[in-house]
Amino acid sequence: MGFFTDTSVCIGCKACEVACKEWNAIPEDGMELTGMSYDNTVGLGASTWRHVAFIEQRKPVSVGPDTDVLGISPQGAVTPGREEGELRWLMASDVCKHCTHAACLDVCPTGSLFRTEFGTVVVQEDICNGCGYCIPACPYGVIDQRKGDGRAWKCTLCYDRIGDGLEPACAKACPTDSIQYGPLDELRERAAARVETLHDAGVQEARLYGADPGDGVGGAGAFFLLLDEPEVYGLPPDPVVTTRDLPSMWRHAAVAAAGLLGATALACLTGRRR
Amino acid sequence: MVPKAEFTSYYGKPVLNPPVWKPLDIAGYFFLGGLAGASSALAAGASWTGRPVLARNAEVAAVGALGLSMAALIHDLGRPARFVNMLRVAKPTSPMSVGSWLLAAYGPMAGATALSTLTGRLPRLGRATGTAAAALGSAVTTYTAVLIADTAVPAWHEAHRELPFLFAGSAAAAAAGLGLLTAPSAETRPARVLALTGTAAELTATALIRRRLGMVAAPYRTGRPGRLLHTAEALTLAATATALLAPRNRPLNALAGAALLTASALTRFGVFHAGLASARDPKYTVQPQRERLEARRRGAVVPGPGSAGGAAEVGQEAVGGGGVERR
Repeated sequence: MGFFTDTSVCIGCKACEVACKEWNAIPEDGMELTGMSYDNTVGLGASTWRHVAFIEQRKPVSVGPDTDVLGISPQGAVTPGREEGELRWLMASDVCKHCTHAACLDVCPTGSLFRTEFGTVVVQEDICNGCGYCIPACPYGVIDQRKGDGRAWKCTLCYDRIGDGLEPACAKACPTDSIQYGPLDELRERAAARVETLHDAGVQEARLYGADPGDGVGGAGAFFLLLDEPEVYGLPPDPVVTTRDLPSMWRHAAVAAAGLLGATALACLTGRRR
Repeated sequence: MVPKAEFTSYYGKPVLNPPVWKPLDIAGYFFLGGLAGASSALAAGASWTGRPVLARNAEVAAVGALGLSMAALIHDLGRPARFVNMLRVAKPTSPMSVGSWLLAAYGPMAGATALSTLTGRLPRLGRATGTAAAALGSAVTTYTAVLIADTAVPAWHEAHRELPFLFAGSAAAAAAGLGLLTAPSAETRPARVLALTGTAAELTATALIRRRLGMVAAPYRTGRPGRLLHTAEALTLAATATALLAPRNRPLNALAGAALLTASALTRFGVFHAGLASARDPKYTVQPQRERLEARRRGAVVPGPGSAGGAAEVGQEAVGGGGVERR
């Protein structure tokens, strides 16, 4: 099971952020105004499991070959003769990706992070000892340590709700169905159809992010429809699960350790007293 | 040649959540753990080749450094009282789990060896545990490199081939430094030779990292981590040269030993801060990935970062489609 977040219909209401906080009883994450448009939660962290990004940009909106330019011009999408393009506002609700190959889970030394029967990745808070290893292991910057608590926290995809056949709190609260919950195969089909529709409507920049099971994390359990490059939203363009290279790392470490033993033995032998 | 990718980010915020490890605890542990492990190896060699004072000092130093290491590791845990959860499972995919078990096996061996030497009891058992401590200790010096390389932190992950050699070299230099500082001149020859090989390994690995990592190598050259590493390199070179040129001069040898120990600590802090710097700036995450994507889009098969060693795990394709799907 997983999430499909269609950012093309996100209206930036932050109902997902609030519903997530309410249901999961997450403490407040700061009351500062950041000046980053309407984004005052900045990014995902221990106490922010859904994060709505607000991107203000001037960009020439792309036009497809069959687009009726005059037809869409009253909507203000294209202004002829203006190179910069209209101001547009991208809004996107980010969340833990629940990777198929999850680095956080791989590196957790206590077994606190585990794979659920729904294919999601969850932290068992009574086992986490706060070692912090999962935090730099995550290629998306999702999981983080809660100050004063010491343990690592992140989205559980509402493990308690989906176990009871309910949808996660954020998906339930989303008024535009920007956040959709369901079996991944079904969501991927729906997402592909949605991209097709948007392309037909002239939104050439629509693309899926994290939907490909062949990507560096084996496909994300929470994937997205984006209207610009991933890094514009603060997402890595080509994330890779770090443990993919672990066998090579262990080999290099073994050779280095053997080298150290050999060098020490040699040092003692060459200098042997008569 | 890959065209220079245009760099964009979300308000300049990092893509990754940077490590929350405290530098003094964790970089300090890398230094102390390396010192302990390499000292055990040196102690075993010294003991087998009839250098009792060097062996004894290295054995005691290993136990001391290990004790401090454990304190630092437990202190860094968000929930120190749950330290024992480290031994709840054994996971080869988690270098920290492997390291915990390694330390659990190494600690008693190093302790028993030092105890046997200091009390003069059970000398044969002491030799056996000393040999075991040497083997386990060598692993302790290099697994920490895997620990940091097995993260999404660009400056650490991309250097995963060189870091074990850098750490082994730095540990060897530290153990040699301790030997030079504490042993009488008659017994310090192995320490001098080990200082030379350790320094050579460390400097070569650092040079390779700087050459091979492209733009991700910048933190190893510039800023605070760059300064730490450059200072460490100069200090190591000067100390090794001093020890080799004045083998009979006890004060100079002791000075060189102290300098080697300091340099090893500086190296670990340098590597640690290089990782932090690369995690905090989104360009180190985005730019290499963007270039990889562009290259793949143009049809070239480009494996992911550092997967050249046929490192793909079972069931994980080394080369897949892009992270972004375009239609």
